[in-house]
Amino acid sequence: MIRAENIFKSFDDTDVLKGISHTFESGKTNLIIGRSGAGKTVMLKILVGLLKPTSGTIWYDDVNYSELNSKQVRQIRMEVGMLFQGSALFDSLSIEENIRFPLDMFTKKTKKEKLDRVNYCLDRVDLNGVNKKYPSEVSGGMQKRVGIARSIVLGPKYLFCDEPNSGLDPKTSIVIDELIRSITQENNITTVINTHDMNSVMEIGENIALLYQGELVWTGNKDDVLNSDNEILQGFIFASPFLQRLRNAALSKG
Amino acid sequence: MYWKETMRQMNDIGVGSIIIVVLIAVFIGAVTAVQFAYQLQDSFVPAYYIGYIVRDTTIIELAPTITCLVLAGKVGSNIAAEIGGMRQKEHIDAMEIMGVNTAAYLVLPKIIAAVIVIPLLVGIACFVGIMGGYLSSVPTGLITDAEYTRGVRSFFEEYYVFMMFVKAIVFAYILTSVSAYQGYHVKGGSIELGQASTQAVVYSDILILLADYLIAILLTQ
Ligand SMILES: Nc1ncnc2c1ncn2[C@@H]1O[C@H](COP(=O)(O)OP(=O)(O)OP(=O)(O)O)[C@@H](O)[C@H]1O
Ligand SMILES: [Mg+2]
Repeated sequence: MIRAENIFKSFDDTDVLKGISHTFESGKTNLIIGRSGAGKTVMLKILVGLLKPTSGTIWYDDVNYSELNSKQVRQIRMEVGMLFQGSALFDSLSIEENIRFPLDMFTKKTKKEKLDRVNYCLDRVDLNGVNKKYPSEVSGGMQKRVGIARSIVLGPKYLFCDEPNSGLDPKTSIVIDELIRSITQENNITTVINTHDMNSVMEIGENIALLYQGELVWTGNKDDVLNSDNEILQGFIFASPFLQRLRNAALSKG
Repeated sequence: MYWKETMRQMNDIGVGSIIIVVLIAVFIGAVTAVQFAYQLQDSFVPAYYIGYIVRDTTIIELAPTITCLVLAGKVGSNIAAEIGGMRQKEHIDAMEIMGVNTAAYLVLPKIIAAVIVIPLLVGIACFVGIMGGYLSSVPTGLITDAEYTRGVRSFFEEYYVFMMFVKAIVFAYILTSVSAYQGYHVKGGSIELGQASTQAVVYSDILILLADYLIAILLTQ
């Protein structure tokens, strides 16, 4: 469980987050949704501690994350996996070396054990046999999946994904969503996902927080989405005229 | 991991720089010899002094300082660009999230490698510089082989070699830490990365010269 308490964040004189309080539950896929520029990435980076909030507190279970020293932070981070919006793969290492990197840094496994673990993770993201390729030699969507493989290689307790689906086709998207949901449940991970992909929201939205201009305007799960009459939420989910017509038709039929 | 990275850095800095260091050292030694031969012409100073002067200026000043100024340009800009690129592409953030102490992992191996390898390069530069002095003065008939050799062997002070290595170690530390700092704290995009790389070289050079002066004062008291 991760809890954000009254988080404010400003850059120079622009306020990006204006008092966000929310609990991200363990064993669930927690979604942060919102339009481009709403502050999702900033929120995620504050949750993992890459950015300091202007004010407010982050709790990891019952530990006040903001008060830890850098050594304690590193201790917690060994249990954290993160997929960056731009993947952030190490471009001078091969894909295998990228995924093996955390294993090399923090475990005393043998070569064989490491390779097995790498291949297992690659298999889970549906990428086999690309071990020796370099990040620049595979497609953007494949880079994303390598990023996911790297973030789960140590078996994290907390998993953060910034737009895991952007740049993926609908089918791969679903595979990735399912993957994230299943490892979340299997290992009781606290997973936080940034997304503006409607399919993900409706498929794996177990605990959704909607950000709008830096404020938390709605929370709920995927079933609540359909029944809510929150205008910002409806405007966000049913953004296209096609979906609006679909929704209106469904509503008029009762 | 750290050890492997240090070895890789030693290879990059050492093997990667040896040609330029040797090239510069040959010419520095050669020019020093020719210049002094010209100045000592028609004076009462014996000709073998040329070998002696080349040896001492090379050991005390030219080998450590010129080599490290050149390496600040070559190695320093490279370090700043490498670390700065990792900062901009969120590689450093990604490592931080994994729990890696990035300052230690990215910077320490470079400093350790440089502090070991650069003094060796300076030692080579020193030897090659003295050879360069020989090449420019003996075959051209400025002085004889015997005179140059006698000069190089005269009035030798081991303390100067000690000074050379002190300088080399201090300069190596300066050029790697300053450059790594510039890269680690880079913001923005490719223009800022270029600026960081330039600043790495400029600040390293200034600090090296300043340190050179301070060491000269401290160690000659
Ligand atoms: N380092 C920064 N300095 C200044 N402003 C920033 C910085 N990072 C983000 N912002 C601002 O904060 C706001 C929110 O950005 P953020 O990246 O969180 O959006 P987002 O919700 O992730 O959008 P997207 O869906 O496009 O990724 C934006 O207006 C952005 O300009
Ligand atoms: Mg974002």
